[in-house]
Amino acid sequence: MAVKILQKKDLPCLLGKWSQSARVLAPARQDEMTNLAPWEPGAELDLGRNTWKPLKELFFPRSERMFAYTGDRMNAELSPIDQDHEQTVVFGVRPCDARSLALLDRVFLDERFTDDLYKAKRERTVLVGLGCNKPLRSCFCTSVAGDPHGTEGLDVLFVDTGDEYAVYPLTGRGEALVGELPEGSGEVEARASALADLARDMMPRYPAEVLPDKLTHMFEHEIWDRIHEKCLGCAACAYLCPTCHCFDVTDEAKTTEGHRVRNWDSCMFPLFTLHTSGHNPRTSGKQRMRQRIMHKFNYFPVNSGAIACVGCGRCVEVCPVNTDIREVISEIGEVK
Amino acid sequence: MEELRRVIREMLAGGKVDLVIAYAKGSLPLRSTPVFIRNAEDAECAVFDATCENNLSTYLPRYAGKRLAVVAKGCDARSVQEYLRERQLDPGNVVVIGVPCQGVIGRDRLSRRLSGKEITGAEMDGDTVRVRGDGWEETLQLFEVLHPSCETCEVKEAPGAAIKLGEAAAAQVAEPFALVDDMERLTPDERWAYFTAQFEKCIRCYACRQACPGCYCKECFVDRSAPRWVGGTDDPSDTAIFHIIRALHLAGRCVDCGACVKACPMGVDLRALNKKLERDVRELFGFTAGLEHEGKQVLSTFRADDPNDFIK
Repeated sequence: MAVKILQKKDLPCLLGKWSQSARVLAPARQDEMTNLAPWEPGAELDLGRNTWKPLKELFFPRSERMFAYTGDRMNAELSPIDQDHEQTVVFGVRPCDARSLALLDRVFLDERFTDDLYKAKRERTVLVGLGCNKPLRSCFCTSVAGDPHGTEGLDVLFVDTGDEYAVYPLTGRGEALVGELPEGSGEVEARASALADLARDMMPRYPAEVLPDKLTHMFEHEIWDRIHEKCLGCAACAYLCPTCHCFDVTDEAKTTEGHRVRNWDSCMFPLFTLHTSGHNPRTSGKQRMRQRIMHKFNYFPVNSGAIACVGCGRCVEVCPVNTDIREVISEIGEVK
Repeated sequence: MEELRRVIREMLAGGKVDLVIAYAKGSLPLRSTPVFIRNAEDAECAVFDATCENNLSTYLPRYAGKRLAVVAKGCDARSVQEYLRERQLDPGNVVVIGVPCQGVIGRDRLSRRLSGKEITGAEMDGDTVRVRGDGWEETLQLFEVLHPSCETCEVKEAPGAAIKLGEAAAAQVAEPFALVDDMERLTPDERWAYFTAQFEKCIRCYACRQACPGCYCKECFVDRSAPRWVGGTDDPSDTAIFHIIRALHLAGRCVDCGACVKACPMGVDLRALNKKLERDVRELFGFTAGLEHEGKQVLSTFRADDPNDFIK
């Protein structure tokens, strides 16, 4: 589809138009953090950085009721939870986060076991991206098959070209949002593509592509003794990670009625693998750290065809002890 | 710095200890990272400055039976004293290397001061912090961006340190319990609104608990599944219970190192609650945690002549 053009000053007008038929979310600064917030006329956007919280939360909330039940175990009645059906447009999604959804789709939209709760939210949400012209200090998307102007997972891509945005409709749903914008010239397109090249060149590179094969033979490697040592065993990295998607299922019940709930969970916790018998197959921090790295850079590539990291750098920023996944990638890359 | 490295080198070369837990330069501007040094020649990576925010004592109980040394600020050394009091460490196996602390940088405070601008480079020079980013540069004084725990720190010298490197500088710059006074001036509703706002930010990643030297239970009450004391949902009462009980478990034990606040990825700050408990324990029992390691833990003692009837 041909590139469109939008003068920057006309952005609120366009968001206003979208908000007539959908809930519009856009990044805004609130309580010293930039996160998605409901957009309303006059709202100030913060498009200078990615959101602190990852996009997954919109589709895979931290805690979600799956269904309700009444009765006892012999005679239970199940009822679905009322879902929010509001059409949603998210503006300002960074290509790394959009890609994280494309990866989560491989898990939750697998046709053998489709997750209806996730699917419903995906279907009612349109993602409007904003290309990254300048990587932040912990960005490394190009090392994990991403791109600062990447389009995977997006319905529309905006590129900031100065006084205007180059707007690329990518899907039918995207076309419906921006179809009426005027067509952009070849010059606009050239400017956008030069900006993409510049951003790619600025991005540091780490040898992540060698990890999937290499790790296959490294389960017992001594490197794990070192990598995990400073890890405190919290889940800041996993919970702020746009692709970590493990959850625990529990019942929240009062006598004869309750809900089945799923909550985020993390392989960094010993409880994650604790069996009912009391046995725990992963008792040490070393085993748990190995699991997290293996899942992202070996198991997910083998099972789902891609590295489960989009290089957003959130884990680098939030780790309380500065465990830096980029250093981990380099260290494993250097193993002979 | 040279002296610190020399001490570490000599300890390892002389076979006095098996492992030194220290700080090394981190991968982001103004960040340090814990490092585990086992060979004398690796001592060169050790650093100490106002970026060394982690409380390294948290790692000590992991190495039972090993002869350990730990680089410790005043607050970190107080944690070691509490570990010893609570019989979590063998006093013969731990050497505290006290470092001269002027307080550490509060990253949240620095970020606020810079209106959230991204720092891409920085240098420290004594009390001066020079930071820069995309098209800007600023020079700040350390006291402007101190972590709130450091502002009210009463114990800059590391208690129980076998080795002291230089004099700890900078006296406290704020009243230790000003935060509690401020809280107590609020109405109960206002206070509850404040704490509720903190709980609401929590995502239950347990970074606070994992970073806290006082949180070393083999099984945390929130992780217990039979019986299950607290749910894992985002129900506000579940989150509140976690934080309130954690604070109560730390009454008379918390040394206000601020590790919980520094570790939190969501900006949850419950120091007001910890400080209130700290002051209550001081006023009621005349006890301050971490100053030495002799004697019982204050809330585990019982006196037959206790003035309160309810306790008899």
